[in-house]
Amino acid sequence: MQEFGRSGAVALGLVTGLDSDLLAIVALSLQVSLSAVAMAALIGLPLGAAAAVGRFPGRRPLIVLLNAFMGLPPVVVGLVIYLLLSRAGPLGHLGILFTPAAMILAQTVLIVPIIAALSRQVIEDAWVEYGEQLRSLGSGPARSGFTLLWDTRFSLLTVILAGLGRASAEVGAVMIVGGNIDGVTRVMTTTIALETSKGDLPLALALGIVLITLVFALNASAYLIKEAVQRRHG
Amino acid sequence: MLPLVLESVTFEVAGRRIIDRVDATFTHGTRTVILGPNGAGKSVLLRLCHGLLIPSEGAVRWGRGDDSIARQAMVFQRPVLLRRSALRNLTHALALRRVPRRERLARARAALDTVGLASVAERSARVLSGGEQQRLALARARAVEPAVLFLDEPTANLDPAASREVESVIQDIHEAGTKIIMTTHNLGQARRLGDEVLFLARGRLVERAGIDDFFRHPSSSEAVAFIRGELPWH
Repeated sequence: MQEFGRSGAVALGLVTGLDSDLLAIVALSLQVSLSAVAMAALIGLPLGAAAAVGRFPGRRPLIVLLNAFMGLPPVVVGLVIYLLLSRAGPLGHLGILFTPAAMILAQTVLIVPIIAALSRQVIEDAWVEYGEQLRSLGSGPARSGFTLLWDTRFSLLTVILAGLGRASAEVGAVMIVGGNIDGVTRVMTTTIALETSKGDLPLALALGIVLITLVFALNASAYLIKEAVQRRHG
Repeated sequence: MLPLVLESVTFEVAGRRIIDRVDATFTHGTRTVILGPNGAGKSVLLRLCHGLLIPSEGAVRWGRGDDSIARQAMVFQRPVLLRRSALRNLTHALALRRVPRRERLARARAALDTVGLASVAERSARVLSGGEQQRLALARARAVEPAVLFLDEPTANLDPAASREVESVIQDIHEAGTKIIMTTHNLGQARRLGDEVLFLARGRLVERAGIDDFFRHPSSSEAVAFIRGELPWH
C-alpha cells in the first residue's frame, strides 16, 4: 500500500508537471486511436446501415459475423495484421510494420465490427419506425440508409465512443504491430504494460490516471452533448 | 392516373386472411372514407392500394398503367418526421420526387404556409406538438402534389381542436384536386369529410354507398350494428 502511495504521488507529479515523455505518449495514443475510430466509422457506419436496411444475399451471415467479431481478441488481430505487414507477407511492400500506420490499421480492423454491429442495431430499430414512411415518400434502400444514419446521429455518437473506448484501451494489437518502440510506437497501454513489468510503477500509474481520465472525459462530454442536442431536436 | 381498380384483392399473413377478395374502383373527385370496426383490415387495404403491401392474390391497377408511387402520398396515424427542421422535412420529400433544387425551398415554404406552420419552419420537427406534427405530415404530402392522398386514421391521436385543424387541411387538399382516400373510426369525421363510404368487416367489403345513404339506410347487418355502436365481433 505504501508503494501505491509513493508511486501515486510521483505519478501525480508527472501529470501535473506535464512531463514531456508522458505528453508524447499520450499524444501518440490519441493520434492512433482517433485515426482508427475515424476510419472505422467511415467503413462501419455505411456497413451497419446496409446490413440494417439492405436486402441482399448474405445479409444474415454478415450480421452474425459482425456481431461475433465485436469480441475479436486484440492479440489475434495484431497477429494477423503482423503477418500481412511483415516483410514476407502480402502487404510487406508497404513497409509500415512497427509504425503508427500499422497500429491505426490494426485498431481499425478491431473496431469496424463494433461500430458496424452496434449501428446496424440502432438503424434497424429506426427502420421499423421510418420504413413505411420513407418507402411512401419514394426513398430507395440506399437513400434511406443515409437518411437514417443522419437521423440517428445522436445515438451513433455513443456507438462511435464505444469504438473509441475499445481502441484506446486495447494493448495486444498495438503491441504486436507497433513493437512498443520508445518514442516511435509507444502508446499509453503498451507503456503501462512495459513499465509495470520493469517495475517503474510511477510512469505506469501516471499513464493509467491519464487514460482513465481521458476515457471518462470523452464519455461524459459525449453524454452531455447528446442530452443537450436531443432536447433541442427531439 | 385514376381510376384505381382493386381486382379481387386478397392479403394473407401466415395463412390468416386479412383482406378477402375486395373488388373496388376509386375515381377522381370524390372523397372516399373506409369505415369498419377495429381489425376489419382498413389500414391494410390502404397499404395495399398505396403499394406498401403486395396482394397475396388479385391485383391493384392504376389507370393508364401509371402505378408510380411518385404520384401518391400517404399520411399515417402517427406521423413519422425526420430529425431535422420542419422546412427540411419538406425539402427532403421534394428531393425524393426529383423536384429541382432551386424550386424546393419556395414550394416547401408555400406548403407550410397552407397548414399554418410558417412560423415554426426552422424548429425541429420532432419537438412540435402532436397536432402540428400531423399538419406537417399533411404539408409534406401536399407539397409533392399527389394525384391521390391516402390517410390512415389521421386524427386518431389528436385532441378535438387539433383534429378540426387537420380536417380543414384535408378539405383544402381535396379542393385543390387531390383524390382523398382515408380510413377513420370516427363517424362524425366520416360525415364531415366523406362523399362515399366503403364499409369493411372481417376483411371483406360489405357495403359501398354515398355518405348520406350509408348512415340513413345501411343495408348490411354489420353496418347497422356498427353505426349503432354495437360491435358484435368484440
